[in-house]
Amino acid sequence: MRYRTTLGGVTWTFATLAEVMAKASPLRSGDMLAGLAAGSATENVAAKMVLAGTPLRAFLDEQLVPYELCDVTRLICDRHDLRAFAPVASLTVGEFRDWLLSEAATTATLASLASGLTPEMAAAVSKLMRSQDLILAASKCRVTTRFRDTIGLPGTMAVRLQPNHPTDDAAGITASILDGLLYGCGDAVIGINPASDSLAVIGDLLRLMDGMIGRFEIPTQSCVLTHVASTLELIERGAPVDLVFQSIAGTQAANASFGVTLAMLGEALDAARSLRRGTVGENVMYFETGQGSALSAGAHHGIDQQTLEARAYGVARAFEPLLVNSVVGFIGPEYLYDGKQIIRAGLEDHFCGKLLGCPLGVDVCYTNHAEADQDDMDTLLTLLATAGVTFVMGVPGADDVMLNYQSTSFHDALYVRELLGLKRAPEFEAWLAGLKITDAQGRLAPARPGHALLQALG
Amino acid sequence: MSTPPDPWANLARLTPARIALGRTGASLPTREVLAFAHAHALARDAVKTPLELEQTLEAIEALGLAAFPVESAAPDRATYLRRPDLGRRLSEVSRGRLAGTVKGACDLAIVVADGLSSTAVHAHAAELVAALQPAIRKAGWRLAPVLVARQARVALGDEVGEALGARLVVVLVGERPGLSSPDSLGAYITLAPRVGRTDAERNCVSNIRPGGLSYVAAAFKIAWLAREALRLGLTGVALKDESDAGGRLQIGPGDPRLPQ
Repeated sequence: MRYRTTLGGVTWTFATLAEVMAKASPLRSGDMLAGLAAGSATENVAAKMVLAGTPLRAFLDEQLVPYELCDVTRLICDRHDLRAFAPVASLTVGEFRDWLLSEAATTATLASLASGLTPEMAAAVSKLMRSQDLILAASKCRVTTRFRDTIGLPGTMAVRLQPNHPTDDAAGITASILDGLLYGCGDAVIGINPASDSLAVIGDLLRLMDGMIGRFEIPTQSCVLTHVASTLELIERGAPVDLVFQSIAGTQAANASFGVTLAMLGEALDAARSLRRGTVGENVMYFETGQGSALSAGAHHGIDQQTLEARAYGVARAFEPLLVNSVVGFIGPEYLYDGKQIIRAGLEDHFCGKLLGCPLGVDVCYTNHAEADQDDMDTLLTLLATAGVTFVMGVPGADDVMLNYQSTSFHDALYVRELLGLKRAPEFEAWLAGLKITDAQGRLAPARPGHALLQALG
Repeated sequence: MSTPPDPWANLARLTPARIALGRTGASLPTREVLAFAHAHALARDAVKTPLELEQTLEAIEALGLAAFPVESAAPDRATYLRRPDLGRRLSEVSRGRLAGTVKGACDLAIVVADGLSSTAVHAHAAELVAALQPAIRKAGWRLAPVLVARQARVALGDEVGEALGARLVVVLVGERPGLSSPDSLGAYITLAPRVGRTDAERNCVSNIRPGGLSYVAAAFKIAWLAREALRLGLTGVALKDESDAGGRLQIGPGDPRLPQ
C-alpha cells in the first residue's frame, strides 16, 4: 500500500490518493454526505501526514478523475506546463507548504509558477495549511485583469454591485444601482441575477445597465448572470453584452448538469471578445463556482468537494476571466454546515484560486437554513480582505431580495476600506472622486441632495 | 446620536431591497442593525416550522381536486437539512401507497412540497393551484391527484411523476426563506419525469408570493412553459421562457392574454 503511516502504534492505510485527499480535508458536511470524510480526528491527521509526505509529482502520475472520463481532467493535464512546474517539481506536498510560506515564494515566483500547478496540487497543499497560512500565501499572489477598469492591483479590493430585484423591475433595479454607486461600489461589475430566464427580460436588463454606464461614463462593466446559451443568443440578437457569465464546476459531468460544455465556454469567449466593448482590456468572462456543486449533481467521482472546487478554477483560468467568484455559503448546510465550515472553505477557495492564477473573489454569504450569522460573515470578510481578495459582493443591506440569502453589503465594503485602507479600481476611484461621491482620501463625502446621478434620473 | 437619512431615501419605495439605510461613518446605524437581526430571527424560525399536512390537503380538496399525502425518505427536519439525497426520494411507505393508489397515465402531475419554507406552502400553494386550474381545463390536460409532500426537495417530483406515469410534473416548493420573503414559492417544471433528472432539465418560475410574482402571473408562466414543453418535447436549458416576448408585460386579472 503506497499511502500509509503509523501513528502511536496504529497503522493507517488509504487505498488511493483520492482517499488521502478526502480524509485529509478539514471536516465538512458535504464530504460526510458523500461518505468520503475521515472517520475520526486521528484518521484526519494521519491522512494529512501521508499527504505531507506525498510528492507533488504524484498528482501528475495518478489522476483523481480519470483522463478518459472527464474533459476537465484532460484540460488540466493537456495545459500543464512542466517548465513552470520545475522549481517545485522535487518537493513533497508538505515541503511545498513550507516553500509557499518562505521568502522564496514571492509575488513574481508565484505568478510564474501558476501554470505549472494543477488544481489537485493546490487543493492538496491547502489541506495542510491553517487559516493564517492560507491568508499569508494568498496575500502574496497577484492576479490583475481588465475590461473597462483594472481589477486586482496591489492595495485594492473591488466590489460587484448586485442590484437584484424579485421581479426584475427596472425602476427597482435602478434604485439599487444608484444606492450602490452612491455608496462607492461597483468597480468589479454591475451584475444582476435575473429572476426570469426570458431573453426579452434579460435583453432589457442589459440595455438598462448599458444605458447607465454609457450616460454617466462609469468605468465598469455589466453582466446579467444567465446561462451562457442565453447570452450567446442575446449577442446574436445584438444585445449590449460586456461579460459572459456561467456557473462552472470541477468535472465534465457536473458541468453537463449545468447544461454547459468547455466548447460552449470557448465559443462564448470568442463571441464576447468580437464585440470589442472593453476599453482597457479583454477579459470578458465571469464565472461562479462553489464547493458541493458536483456532489449536488451526482457528478463528484468520489472526490472531496474542496478538490473539485479547485478543479473548477482549472476550468476558469483557461478562459482568461475578468472575475471568478466562489459563492461559498450559498449552497447550504448539507455541504458547509455552519459559520466555521464556511469560513474555512472561503479561505481555501481564495487561496487555491489565486495560486492557480484566477482573479478570485468570494461571495461571503450564508442562507437562513445554515448555522451562521452576520458575525461569521464579518469574520470571513475581514480575513479575506487581509488575504487580498480580488472582489466581494455589494448587496443593499446584505439582504438579497431575489436569491433569498445574505451576502456582504455596501457598508461592509466601506468598513473594510476604513479598516485596512483598501482602494477601489483606480479608474473607478477617479470617477467617484470626479462626481464628488468620495473625498480626496476615497472616503464617502457627505451625501448631498440633488447629486448629479439622482438629478439625471429624477 | 441620530444618523441623517440619505438624500435618495425616496427611492426606497421602488424596491424591497434595503437601500438608503444611512450610515454612521462606514457603518450601519443601530436601527438597521437591529432591524436586520429581527428579520434574520424570523427567517430562522420559519425554516423550522413543520408542514401542516391536513390543512394543506383540505385546502386543495376544497378546489374540487383529489389530494394525496406523501413523505420523503428524510424522517425529520434535522435529517432533511443534512441529507438532500433523502429529500429527493420517497419513503418506502409512501412509495408503496402511491403504487397501490394511482391508476392510469396522466398528462400533468402537481406536487406541493414543503422544501425549506412550509410557511410558503401554507400561504400560497392552494391559491396557486387554483390559479392554474383554468389553464389546465382549457388545455384539456388529464391531472393526477395533487400530491402534498413532507420533507421534500424538488427532485422528489421525478420519482413521483414517474410513479404516476405523468408526461410532465410541476413541483410547487417552498423556496429557501429570505429576510424579506420567508414565504416564497417556486415552481419547477420537468418533462418526462424520472429518477435521475438533472436541474438542467427543468424550468423554474421563482418568487411566487403577493410581494413578488402574483398567483395569476405565475400561473400564466407555468401554463405557458407546460404547453411549450409538451409541444416541443423538452424542458430545461433548451426551453426558453418567452411567455412575455415582445416586451415587459404587466399581467393582471382580466388581462385578455390570460387563459380564461
